[in-house]
Amino acid sequence: MDIQNISEKAAKIQEAAQSLIEEASSLRAIAKSILEKSHTGTSAEIDPFIIGLTVFILACFIGYYVVWKVTPALHSPLMSVTNAISSVIIVGALIAAGPSMESISTTFGFFAIVLASINIFGGFIVTQRMLAMFSKNK
Amino acid sequence: MTASISSLLYLLSAVCFIMALRGLSSAATSRLGNLYGMFGMAIAILTTLLTPNISRHGVILSGIILGGSIGAVIAKQIRMTALPQLVAGFHSLVGLSAVLVAGAALNAPDVYGIGMSGSIKALSLFEMGLGTAIGAITFTGSFIAFGKLQGLMTGKPLSFSGQHLLNATLGGAIIFLLFIFMITESHFIFWLLTCVALALGILLILPIGGADMPVVISMLNSYSGWAAAGIGFTLGNHLLIVTGALVGASGAILSYIMCKGMNRSIFNVILGGFGTDSATTATQAVCAPDRPIKVSNAEDAAFILSNAQSVIIVPGYGMAVAQAQHALREMADHLKKKGIKVRYAIHPVAGRMPGHMNVLLAEANVPYEEVQELEEVNNDFSTTDVAFVIGANDITNPAAKSDSSSPIYGMPVLDVEKAKTVLFIKRSLASGYAGVDNDLFYRDNTFMVLGDAKKVCEEVVRGL
Repeated sequence: MDIQNISEKAAKIQEAAQSLIEEASSLRAIAKSILEKSHTGTSAEIDPFIIGLTVFILACFIGYYVVWKVTPALHSPLMSVTNAISSVIIVGALIAAGPSMESISTTFGFFAIVLASINIFGGFIVTQRMLAMFSKNK
Repeated sequence: MTASISSLLYLLSAVCFIMALRGLSSAATSRLGNLYGMFGMAIAILTTLLTPNISRHGVILSGIILGGSIGAVIAKQIRMTALPQLVAGFHSLVGLSAVLVAGAALNAPDVYGIGMSGSIKALSLFEMGLGTAIGAITFTGSFIAFGKLQGLMTGKPLSFSGQHLLNATLGGAIIFLLFIFMITESHFIFWLLTCVALALGILLILPIGGADMPVVISMLNSYSGWAAAGIGFTLGNHLLIVTGALVGASGAILSYIMCKGMNRSIFNVILGGFGTDSATTATQAVCAPDRPIKVSNAEDAAFILSNAQSVIIVPGYGMAVAQAQHALREMADHLKKKGIKVRYAIHPVAGRMPGHMNVLLAEANVPYEEVQELEEVNNDFSTTDVAFVIGANDITNPAAKSDSSSPIYGMPVLDVEKAKTVLFIKRSLASGYAGVDNDLFYRDNTFMVLGDAKKVCEEVVRGL
């Protein structure tokens, strides 16, 4: 009787131990996945905004140093050429106008393409005209 | 084309744009620089067209051809004297494009890969709202500047009481709406934000007068860059961010140089400093006509010039208005034939945009090395026989150096009064833009030649 009791208890303890092992291993898996997630969330993957900000700040410095080097006589061409290149916003307009399904956003995109193109062609051509006047007098 | 390859091509395009600005460091390299700019733009457009989700190439191409031909015709036909308004007009187009692209991104965020409609990331919404706000201010602000420069509306500062308060309220409203938009993604709030920014653009530029236009144009140039950068953040496009930053920095530096040329802070210009001050000083100027002025004519001027050994010509906006640059160069040619040394002195804020005078003189085939900046030439006036001031006024006013009560006190000016003789070509004896009486008119060595700048130059040529 005693032996039977003991063996039953031992079996129960064995079962309990088994379930504890299973629980521990599942906890370990969860902990592992949390650890992985936290890695990808913080250190392994940088927010695209931060990359954009890095690029932006560095470009501001490049712009600052390059533009100070521009000779004052050419400040008018500088304005018209920066005006032309700021129309690179056409990239956004092209993406908006791109999809085959017509919608309000493709219409917006189309108008933005027209406006930006006026600027690109107008800006570069007028800059070219001005610079031609400067270089022929050299 | 994979995303990595297009990113690399965008990088190449950004480098081309930097080279375009770098080229402007000297006249010799500037044309190559402009070619770099065009090349960079072509790469950017082709790269975008080759991305897989763009399909309606026919429609897109027709848009580019339509806009391109309009732009090309305008740029080929425009007269060089109309350059400031052309640039202002072009800035307004960049602003409007930025608003349209932001609107498109709000309506079809999936196309740009920034989420689905109704669940766009808050940060993207913030960038979108900021881009559209700056774009809208640039659009209407440049439009007003265009109207003022083109003469469609008065170039005088238009101000009314409570203006600053209204502008501050609108500015506050933009920030408030931006945050509401960030939280709600409401299309209504987006367009309300755009409308408030459009109104602010108009109100910001209305009180700024004609002679402050160099600052305004530079500032709007800067804004158009920041708008492009804002859109770049929304779309996650590094090319737009880099270009926007370059243009923004360029405009900011030009604004700084222009403000320094007037010894005023940018806030002072934006808040319309002269517009309010000049009301009192202008009346003073009108009240002092009894001081003696030596009025001369073109023949006398020709005689004085032909007896000189060195002449410095000081051009201003009046030369641009009268289209006198060709007649002026002809006059200078005659003087040079007589062995007289001729130079041109350019004040940083002469004209209506940075470098305005340089372009006009270049158009008239004036040799590059004869045209000098304020710092280079200012010490030479004392050893010069004749200073020939044509269509300039405030930038020569000695009161800027001596009279601390003058509104233009502290502004760097050309020391024309140090020349042996000053010939002052002017349409009338009215005061300059700043409404300040010019002490130079009453000096013993000053001779006023009244008349249209171009006609006077032509008459001087005949006299020579």
